[in-house]
Amino acid sequence: MTLATREARWGAAGRMIVDGVTLQAAPGRVLGLIGPNGSGKSSLLRLLCRLRNVASGVVTLDGQDIAGVPRRRLARRLAFVEQQATTDIQLCVCDVVRLGRTPHRTALASWNGQDEAAVNQALERVGLADRHDQPWHTLSGGERQRVHIARALAQEPSELILDEPTNHLDIRHQLAILGLVRRLGITCIMALHDLNLAAMFCDEIALLHEGRLQAAGPPDTVLTPNAIQRIFGVSVAIGSGASGRRHIEYLVETEPGSGGAGID
Amino acid sequence: MSHAVHEPNWPARIVIALAALIALILAVALAVTIGEMRIPLRTALEALANGLFALDFPVGAIEQGVIFDYRLSRALMAGLCGGALALSGAILQALLRNPLAEPYVLGISAGASTGAVAVLILGVGIGGTTLTVSAGAFIGSCAALAVVAMLAAGAGGASDRVILAGVATSQIFNAATATIVTTLASAEQARGVMFWLLGNFGGVRWPDLWIAAPVAVLGFAICMLHAKVLDAFAFGVDAAASLGVAVTRVKVVLFATTAVMTAVMVSIVGTVGFVGLIIPHAARFLVGSGHARLLPACLVVGAIFMILADILSRVLIPQQILPIGVVTALFGAPVFAIILHRARLPA
Repeated sequence: MTLATREARWGAAGRMIVDGVTLQAAPGRVLGLIGPNGSGKSSLLRLLCRLRNVASGVVTLDGQDIAGVPRRRLARRLAFVEQQATTDIQLCVCDVVRLGRTPHRTALASWNGQDEAAVNQALERVGLADRHDQPWHTLSGGERQRVHIARALAQEPSELILDEPTNHLDIRHQLAILGLVRRLGITCIMALHDLNLAAMFCDEIALLHEGRLQAAGPPDTVLTPNAIQRIFGVSVAIGSGASGRRHIEYLVETEPGSGGAGID
Repeated sequence: MSHAVHEPNWPARIVIALAALIALILAVALAVTIGEMRIPLRTALEALANGLFALDFPVGAIEQGVIFDYRLSRALMAGLCGGALALSGAILQALLRNPLAEPYVLGISAGASTGAVAVLILGVGIGGTTLTVSAGAFIGSCAALAVVAMLAAGAGGASDRVILAGVATSQIFNAATATIVTTLASAEQARGVMFWLLGNFGGVRWPDLWIAAPVAVLGFAICMLHAKVLDAFAFGVDAAASLGVAVTRVKVVLFATTAVMTAVMVSIVGTVGFVGLIIPHAARFLVGSGHARLLPACLVVGAIFMILADILSRVLIPQQILPIGVVTALFGAPVFAIILHRARLPA
């Protein structure tokens, strides 16, 4: 058992943004949240790690309502990687990763060997062990995202939640980040935009639209041409690519002067 | 690749703490010996020993009074005030994630002066008993904090909006203060208040220290207990919460702590700008941005800066004492401009 929601609802400014979602993550697997802009992906992720409280319904961790779990204890189980979080403060890579030890340390505890080991191990897992002392503001977007993942790993979580971790990264770094997430071996729940990457790297996919869960299951059963047409308003053909993997092809006119793809 | 060692290095810590203490003592010694009235160093030391250890060196009553009751209490108050304001600035900058945040810029000082002036001139009280000036200043600073929070929340809550809200709040409370002073105060009162509004250590006596010292010490202790938590705010409130920080509780505790520290200092010495702004930046430059080191550094550097600024305020113009706020602003304003300029650059 791991993270699950039952009839979770949350809204802002009189509008329901997450509207009765019942969803369950499988232990040790990667669950992708897919949906158009404004479909409630980010909000649902924030409900899962209690950065927002559900208006109704419940979010459970191992069957226990997370509303009653102290935040520090929650942070030792659940780690969250935001979209492009940055800072003006002068920090180096190890300072950022050390923040991951916050929930493990009391106010008066001094830095110990276990903390140091967790930080070094986390940096190794994301392949940045040699960047230990590099200033944060000199890192590229992909490196910053990897440092955030290392920070999350230093929390020693059993569940990792990521909000569009590949946003604004070039394709090589997108693949590197998703490959890294895939290899972590812990329960991961992440919002993604790219349907093909979601199909490649997720064990299961949950499709959201207007705050409601439309379908959930293995990529093959969720990412059907019908569902994509209905929810994204885009015609697709699904074939097998050069590697034999499923490939989603967007059927839009790209020749100039032909009226364009058109969003209607 | 040499990995930085993060385990506490006790010998180095003790050396640094000793050096800081010696620097502080030197600054106080300087403040006690420099002044309008020339007093030989030996006499000064004897007067200090008399006052501190109840000894009986033959020192004239006037010298004894000037050294112990006037200069020493003044220097210690300057130190406490500088330390507390710098600490408050560091806390506000971390919580609001804005390099320009500090009690003066956010209008907390302005609110404290309104409260203090209301008590001084109007004799505002609760249930028939007149409030003390400190209590008035505290209520005023809390009111200002509430107004800033409301305005900032109304404007979307982004950290640059908090600064704009602070500017607006300062204006509101400064206008209220000016209204009270110009319409209700006698000419003599008005002059006293104006001098006090710019910061004035002249009226400080020992009883003031019995209030200021515990507040500064307790405030520092509360802040130090939150040092790790403050580090976790580096990437924003959501990041802090996901690291296990009880964000709302921490904010309430630390905002209240800075409000109390500011209010007490303002009620004793008046409003002193820029110390809370520039000292945290200077301290970051010295010890880095980790709060376990930054907060003590702010306390010490702020104290030393304010003691030196007070000495300058007394000797810059012979036969005259400049308001302390004038001296800190002379240094602070150019630094403020530099920070504004740097804030424009992408991170």
